[in-house]
Amino acid sequence: MLDVQIHKKLSHFELDVTFTADHEIVVLFGPSGSGKTTILNCLAGLEQPDKGCIHLGDSLLYGEGKSVPAQQRKVGYLFQDYALFPHMTVEKNIWYGVPKKDRPNKIDVIQQLLDVLRIHHLIKKYPHQISGGEKQRVALARALATEPSLLLLDEPLSALDEETRLQCQDELLRLHQLWEGVPFLIVTHNRQEARKLGDRILHLNNGQLIDEWKNER
Amino acid sequence: MASADYTPLILSLKVAAISTTIVFIIGIFFAHLIARKQFFGKSIIESFFLLPLVLPPTVVGFGLLLLFGKNGWLGKWLLDWFDVQVVFSWIGAVIASIVVSFPLMYQSAAAAFANVDVRLEKAARTMGASNWRVFWTIAFPLAWPGLLAGLVLSFARGLGEFGATLMLAGYIPGKTDTIPMAIYFAVESGHMEKATFWVIIIVALGFSTITWLNWWSKRNMRRFANEKGR
Repeated sequence: MLDVQIHKKLSHFELDVTFTADHEIVVLFGPSGSGKTTILNCLAGLEQPDKGCIHLGDSLLYGEGKSVPAQQRKVGYLFQDYALFPHMTVEKNIWYGVPKKDRPNKIDVIQQLLDVLRIHHLIKKYPHQISGGEKQRVALARALATEPSLLLLDEPLSALDEETRLQCQDELLRLHQLWEGVPFLIVTHNRQEARKLGDRILHLNNGQLIDEWKNER
Repeated sequence: MASADYTPLILSLKVAAISTTIVFIIGIFFAHLIARKQFFGKSIIESFFLLPLVLPPTVVGFGLLLLFGKNGWLGKWLLDWFDVQVVFSWIGAVIASIVVSFPLMYQSAAAAFANVDVRLEKAARTMGASNWRVFWTIAFPLAWPGLLAGLVLSFARGLGEFGATLMLAGYIPGKTDTIPMAIYFAVESGHMEKATFWVIIIVALGFSTITWLNWWSKRNMRRFANEKGR
């Protein structure tokens, strides 16, 4: 269970949001520049709120004068254009977040990810040698390889063409069913995508949550 | 030149190699520390770092002489505590070389680190990587072409250093006579053959360094352009 209260002064407005996320897909929907990515950055520990608190399960990630560093939050983050390391193979990208001492015990987890995401054949390739849809799947595998307690996805499908986008939407839904204990928080400015992916959709504008609706899928 | 004394070549290579190693480490340290941070006085610090690029070498040498001379603040301390004399020694040549080549390394490294996509470092942190690991596995390898350019330029600058070295280390044959020094004093004493020999050596060294750097950077530019373009 994710419990969020964030207050942060941005250059054009004040971000002030309160929401929760259970084991579900929550979509943060809103126009560009409405504060969606800042929320993800605050949850990941890459930016600090001015006030508020962030609870993930039993852990306090931010609040009461403390802030857990990004390295220790166990929050997976899929960046907008995936941020795959260009100088590493797909295999090295995926294993990057798994500590060396844990690797022998994690082989099954990684194998499962490679199977589910169908990226076995890509492991020796470099990011510039694979397509946009494949990059998205590799980035998902990399984020999930650390076995995060929360997965943040920042416009994960915006760089893809229409056909690949539809395929990847289905993939995300399937993946969430498999990792059902992990809340997914997805940022998008695409209304159709928000409706398809979200169990709950939070509508953000100028830093404020102006609407919230449940998806009847 | 059958019985040529190769001390200037050996000394020049020794001075350039030691100074380049030191400059490579401190240049990377300061560039990585400062490149992405915005703080009050940043441009003043950077101007101070780059100052030796625009000052005449004699001015740099004069400043170093004041600092490292027998009565200078650092020179006195080094002599009293470590029995190390900087002036009129090859160590003086190394220090002069460090000071004049540092701006080249700093500038190259700062530009190289600024070009590394900050999101890659952020992504690594969210996967549990420490700052040290992020540096060694992400920032350093991705900045490597720029760092290598800085390394080569610093080496070439160290190899050719003359003015500040003459002020600080002086000209002592067999002790502080680097190639540029040997050329100058050979010409002054009318030994044109000897001067020509050293000119050919240093031109060959400089030319091969720059040619290699150009070839290498073009090859890497192509590779990085391909990676970014796809």
